[in-house]
Amino acid sequence: MNNNLKEQVLRMSGVNPLKCMRCGKCSATCPSYDEMEYHPHQIVYMVEKGEIEKLMASPSIYKCLSCFACVERCPRDVEPAKLVEAIRLAVIRQQGQNHLKAKDIPDLIEADPDLPQQALVTAFRKYTK
Amino acid sequence: MQKIGVFVCWCGSNIAATVDVQAVSDTLAKEPGVVYATNYQYMCSESGQNLIKDAIKQYGLTGVVICSCSPRMHEATFRKAVASVGLNPYMLEVANIREQCSWIHKDKALATEKAITLGRAAIAKVQLNAPLQAGESPVVKRALVIGGGIAGIQTALDIAEAGFEVDIVEKQPTIGGKMAQIDKTFPTLDCAACILTPKMVECSQNDKVHIYSYSEVTSVKGFVGNFTVSIKKKARYVAENKCTGCGECTTKCPMKNVPNEFNLGLDNRRAIYIPFAQAVPKVATIDPNYCNMLKNGKCGLCAKVCTAGAIDYKQQDQVIEERYGAIVVATGYNPIKLDKFEEFDYSLSKDVVTSLELERLMNAAGPTGGTLLRPSDGTHPHTIVFVQCVGSRDTSGCGKPYCSKICCMYTAKHAMLIREKYPDTEVYVFYIDVRTPGKNFDEFYRRAVEQYGVHYIKGMVGKVAPRADGKIMVQASDLLANEQLHIEADMVVLAAAIEPDKSARPLATMLTASMDTNDFFTEAHPKLRPVESPTAGIFLSGVCQGPKDIPETVSQASAAAAKVIGLLVTAKLTTNPCVAHCNELMCNGCSSCERVCPYGAITYVEKEFRMPDRTTQLRRVASVNPAVCQGCGACTVACPSGAMDLNGFSNSQIMAEVDAICQK
Amino acid sequence: MVYHYYPGCTLKTKAKDLDRYGRKSMEALGITLTELENWQCCGGAFTMAKDEIATKLSSVRALADSRDGVLVTLCSACHNVIKQTNYAMANDAEFAMKANNYSKFDVPYNGETKVMHYLEVLRDVVGFDNLAKAVKNPLKGKKIAAYYGCLLLRPSKALQMDNPENPKILEDFIRAIGAEPVLYPYRNECCGGYMATEDQSVAAKKSGQVMDSAAEMGADMIITACPLCLYNLTKNAPGHQIPVYYFTELLAEALGVKD
Repeated sequence: MNNNLKEQVLRMSGVNPLKCMRCGKCSATCPSYDEMEYHPHQIVYMVEKGEIEKLMASPSIYKCLSCFACVERCPRDVEPAKLVEAIRLAVIRQQGQNHLKAKDIPDLIEADPDLPQQALVTAFRKYTK
Repeated sequence: MQKIGVFVCWCGSNIAATVDVQAVSDTLAKEPGVVYATNYQYMCSESGQNLIKDAIKQYGLTGVVICSCSPRMHEATFRKAVASVGLNPYMLEVANIREQCSWIHKDKALATEKAITLGRAAIAKVQLNAPLQAGESPVVKRALVIGGGIAGIQTALDIAEAGFEVDIVEKQPTIGGKMAQIDKTFPTLDCAACILTPKMVECSQNDKVHIYSYSEVTSVKGFVGNFTVSIKKKARYVAENKCTGCGECTTKCPMKNVPNEFNLGLDNRRAIYIPFAQAVPKVATIDPNYCNMLKNGKCGLCAKVCTAGAIDYKQQDQVIEERYGAIVVATGYNPIKLDKFEEFDYSLSKDVVTSLELERLMNAAGPTGGTLLRPSDGTHPHTIVFVQCVGSRDTSGCGKPYCSKICCMYTAKHAMLIREKYPDTEVYVFYIDVRTPGKNFDEFYRRAVEQYGVHYIKGMVGKVAPRADGKIMVQASDLLANEQLHIEADMVVLAAAIEPDKSARPLATMLTASMDTNDFFTEAHPKLRPVESPTAGIFLSGVCQGPKDIPETVSQASAAAAKVIGLLVTAKLTTNPCVAHCNELMCNGCSSCERVCPYGAITYVEKEFRMPDRTTQLRRVASVNPAVCQGCGACTVACPSGAMDLNGFSNSQIMAEVDAICQK
Repeated sequence: MVYHYYPGCTLKTKAKDLDRYGRKSMEALGITLTELENWQCCGGAFTMAKDEIATKLSSVRALADSRDGVLVTLCSACHNVIKQTNYAMANDAEFAMKANNYSKFDVPYNGETKVMHYLEVLRDVVGFDNLAKAVKNPLKGKKIAAYYGCLLLRPSKALQMDNPENPKILEDFIRAIGAEPVLYPYRNECCGGYMATEDQSVAAKKSGQVMDSAAEMGADMIITACPLCLYNLTKNAPGHQIPVYYFTELLAEALGVKD
């Protein structure tokens, strides 16, 4: 367990995973559930246990839609989405770890000229440092 | 100058481990007026008390200071001890060197210094203490119970059985409360009405019990043993003494579309109605919001069909005043509103219901005659999903932080009853934890699983989505299988959190009884005085004090009754002599004290005063009724001229304490 | 009162209709939207990490520049980012300190500006009753499903727009322009959002669910305030015939200012 990473994630997110009472409402409401290897409730628990590296290596962290459904509906105000974001940042802040690269953008636009700017800037902000 | 004895308690190691008790007694021995100082392991023990008594006799002490635990703990013990050897009990002061010193500090030197300072302040106060005599006040031999649910009913019947008069004030047209709406009771599954309605009838037949239905408490004055309460009897436009409860009017009234609150709006009633067949009193009530006659003078049909001549459209609200020795709060609960939980689409789909609504849908006297049918289309549901903890254990601000306690059991009951009656119906219960402590409770829940095949799934529901074809898509977590489930349901039942009735908060203000942040009444002690409010003479019964089921409610209701009976059998109560008085020469007649007094103990009188030039002058001055004053001291701080003073806590005594703390 | 207007990147390009009809309608209702000078892209998403400062500075600048009035947003994403940034400036002292240290405003900014979504201006400044009176061509008989998506309402603590689970601002708007709102359970569920750049099948699944639900509840059309929602619902949910419009387009039509 890498305590340093755990502390970093807790500090960045401002989330206290100990507030979680393991009701699973986050995973029950998550629109990206099927796309994820680790689901929101597991992510909260894994952060609590300090299994950050496992999460950093998982594609799950790129599947969160940041729709805030888990944040809004959590009865304990845990805010799982903030953990996902902190873990993803812990990855992409490392050199060469951008999930979406600037050079890929022209291809995306070419593939679908209707893609709104909003989609591109949002994806870029989520996936790239 | 007083002759003062100082007694420093070790409280085992509670004080002695953090405070140098020897240093405290040695230092305080040198204070002016102190003729004797000692310390001892347990001052509250019999030998400790004897130590105090002996010192009083041997040194002729006129004042005593005990440095020990909080006066809330043992002031009464020590007062009794000193009184037994002839010292006035109000010549004793307690310096709290435990809760306010040893328990909260770590540094022994600093804690010792603080203990000495606290002791010095108490000595300074005792110097100015004067002997006080406790008075006596009579006890009115009548009790008031506010709320006529099962809690109020049980309390009232027990008090009546002991031979005392008791009044029940119920805001609904009938007593019975929530239990009257419930179908079956756990864990025995006997019918709620079968065990409740005989008690309701007993209330109406017992000479000692008087029911003020459709009534509310509007003001409370006085104090323990002697409350004066105003009760507003709302106009029901039917003479209670004439109405026979035949119900003819309730079938003839042309206003048919009034939501029936007894069935939680699942069906309609008329503008004149009797809530349910076994209502007590069985008297009709006209709903002024819907009655055409009351609204625009057109109709009058009910009066025409009433053979008893009971209808009275001119009836007015009536306020009656009654005196009581004790008051019991039994205001009960309601399920919370679900507007903040619309992810469950309660407002979008009629087939998403609360558990209390399901009770009515399963009740033989309910809107469907006891056959479980979907409210939307009247068809039989084949898949039902129960969602637990809707708004309970919720710290997000949408719900309540506490566990509502009753939901796990009533949901197991619902699930079991449905499976028994409709074996073709699949039942899912989504839970966070199943909490079933209680006699035969866990066995009951296990029966639902093992014998009735109810699917218990650990996880919460995240989204409920009704479809146009009438099915309801339920998206939920199955945490043990680590899956997101999608269930096609016909009905969804939400176990909504329960909260105290909204009338409780204003009532608490009237009673000067304390409440917690969730609007539950606070008990005098959470373990040792669970049915008493910290306000003397106010008792607590049922869910108004905290979530509880029927067996617990009934136990607490009887316990509250026992406490009330204990008070009512007392011939006279000793009154607290630490009451306020007015120094009339300083009083400027401003009424500030009268306005802040929560007990209504202060009145103003016109009085003649002789002036230095021998003329007389008529002045308006405050006058305190010592029988009503509770010694809270609000008036002494509100008084701008310093005329109000409190026996035992006089302004000069408090200043002496402050001086003693500040000197050095 | 000055109504500073923050159009955002997409309203200048792919979502020109949202912008154009929005301005025309507000003008017709007697409110002038003054486009903020030198606004910069909000970034599309609010970075939730507390130590992210730079990504929020464009919003902070827009907020600080609007101190003499109200900052009006129209795009759901801009609205979400700017309101969340404003909430952080008012409630997260460390973030506010760092943002102020960098920005060097003449007077430090601590979340004083009021941010209003265009719909909130309609509701709270114009009033839906007055809007209804101003309508020249009521959209009689039209059954319209409001699509909120996720960005308009959540997180409610920061956005303070409407009940996040049972909103009514768009439904009230629909009634005001003379049409009939259609309620359906997926109106506040996500369309798949920016995941369209990563995996279009996710967007297809989520948007399809929304379209299905609105269609079966009897909607003739769907309205939204979000360019990305409109894109996903129209482009990534194939096989659905219900048209999706920006709410400002219907507003302009109802007010008789649509050209």
